[in-house]
Amino acid sequence: MISSFQALLMILAAAAVTFLTRAIPFVLFGGKREIPRPVQYLGSCLPPAMIATLVVYCLKSISFAPQALSGTIAQLAGVAAVVGLHLYRRNTLLSIGGGTLIYMVLIRVLA
Amino acid sequence: MNGLRKNVTIQYAVVQTVPVFFGYLVLGIAFGIMLEQAGYNVLWSVLCSVLIYAGSAQYLLVELLQSGASVLTTASLTFLLNSRHIFYGFSFLDSFRKLGKKGVYMIFSLTDETYSVLCSMQPPDGVDRKKAMFLVALLDHLYWIFGSAVGALLGQAMPLDFTGIDFSMTALFVVIFLDQWKSYRSHLPACIGLISSAVFLVLLDPDGFLLPSLIVTLAALMGCKRMILLQSQEVDD
Repeated sequence: MISSFQALLMILAAAAVTFLTRAIPFVLFGGKREIPRPVQYLGSCLPPAMIATLVVYCLKSISFAPQALSGTIAQLAGVAAVVGLHLYRRNTLLSIGGGTLIYMVLIRVLA
Repeated sequence: MNGLRKNVTIQYAVVQTVPVFFGYLVLGIAFGIMLEQAGYNVLWSVLCSVLIYAGSAQYLLVELLQSGASVLTTASLTFLLNSRHIFYGFSFLDSFRKLGKKGVYMIFSLTDETYSVLCSMQPPDGVDRKKAMFLVALLDHLYWIFGSAVGALLGQAMPLDFTGIDFSMTALFVVIFLDQWKSYRSHLPACIGLISSAVFLVLLDPDGFLLPSLIVTLAALMGCKRMILLQSQEVDD
């Protein structure tokens, strides 16, 4: 095992770099200066694009290989349930709770 | 009156973060267990969750600690893994600036989930928006710290089988996607993000598709600027 000091240094490095990635836009454009128009535009249209990316990112383990099929079915059914519930009632907690419950049941039943 | 406004704001922030609570509890517990198995007790997992506060980066750190990686390796791999966070701040340049000192904490705590909740917030009258944003960020952070402490303390002696409850995070993103689809006049940004990430996921491996996909998304958003701005204004006039 590595020394506690080395471990502490690694934790601090990970913390500093994580903060850096989150701070870069503010370092570049966060001063008192006016935010350039193209950056304002990006700030306004990035959220839907990023959320769409995060949805795909969460589903990245989906695979149509036979041994991964039950997990894939559970994930797709869970997402379908969330979409269905949300279009039907538009109650955020109901959509998330219902979809998660269906996913949890399916991974147990299909396993 | 002031106290009532405060209560309404706190209540609003708690409700907004319920899905994150369940997700962070489970993902935090998983982190605590992993770090504990690598030989680091609850003090270490809490330290990591207080200071780093990034799920995938902390999972990576466990492997790096076990393999005895160098500080430089830790820094560069963490940067690559977290590079998507670079894109989040652009949507809060103005609002975080107005939060003063709290703004620095808001930047520090801008995880995928906090970013998503902040993007989707439409507080009703009576809620102090700035306070609500800060509370959402703080609550999410506390959930994460709590989860990693529980994981380290309980180890694998979990009383209940929570496997799969972290799907609530995926569900949260799907719900926010649908809400934004409704509230944004131009659907082009959402489509660009969806298509670009799906195509790169198929073309590349699941661990490396994110950065190229985000770069193409950024280029496409700039390329379609005229059209997106036009669609966003159409209904206004």
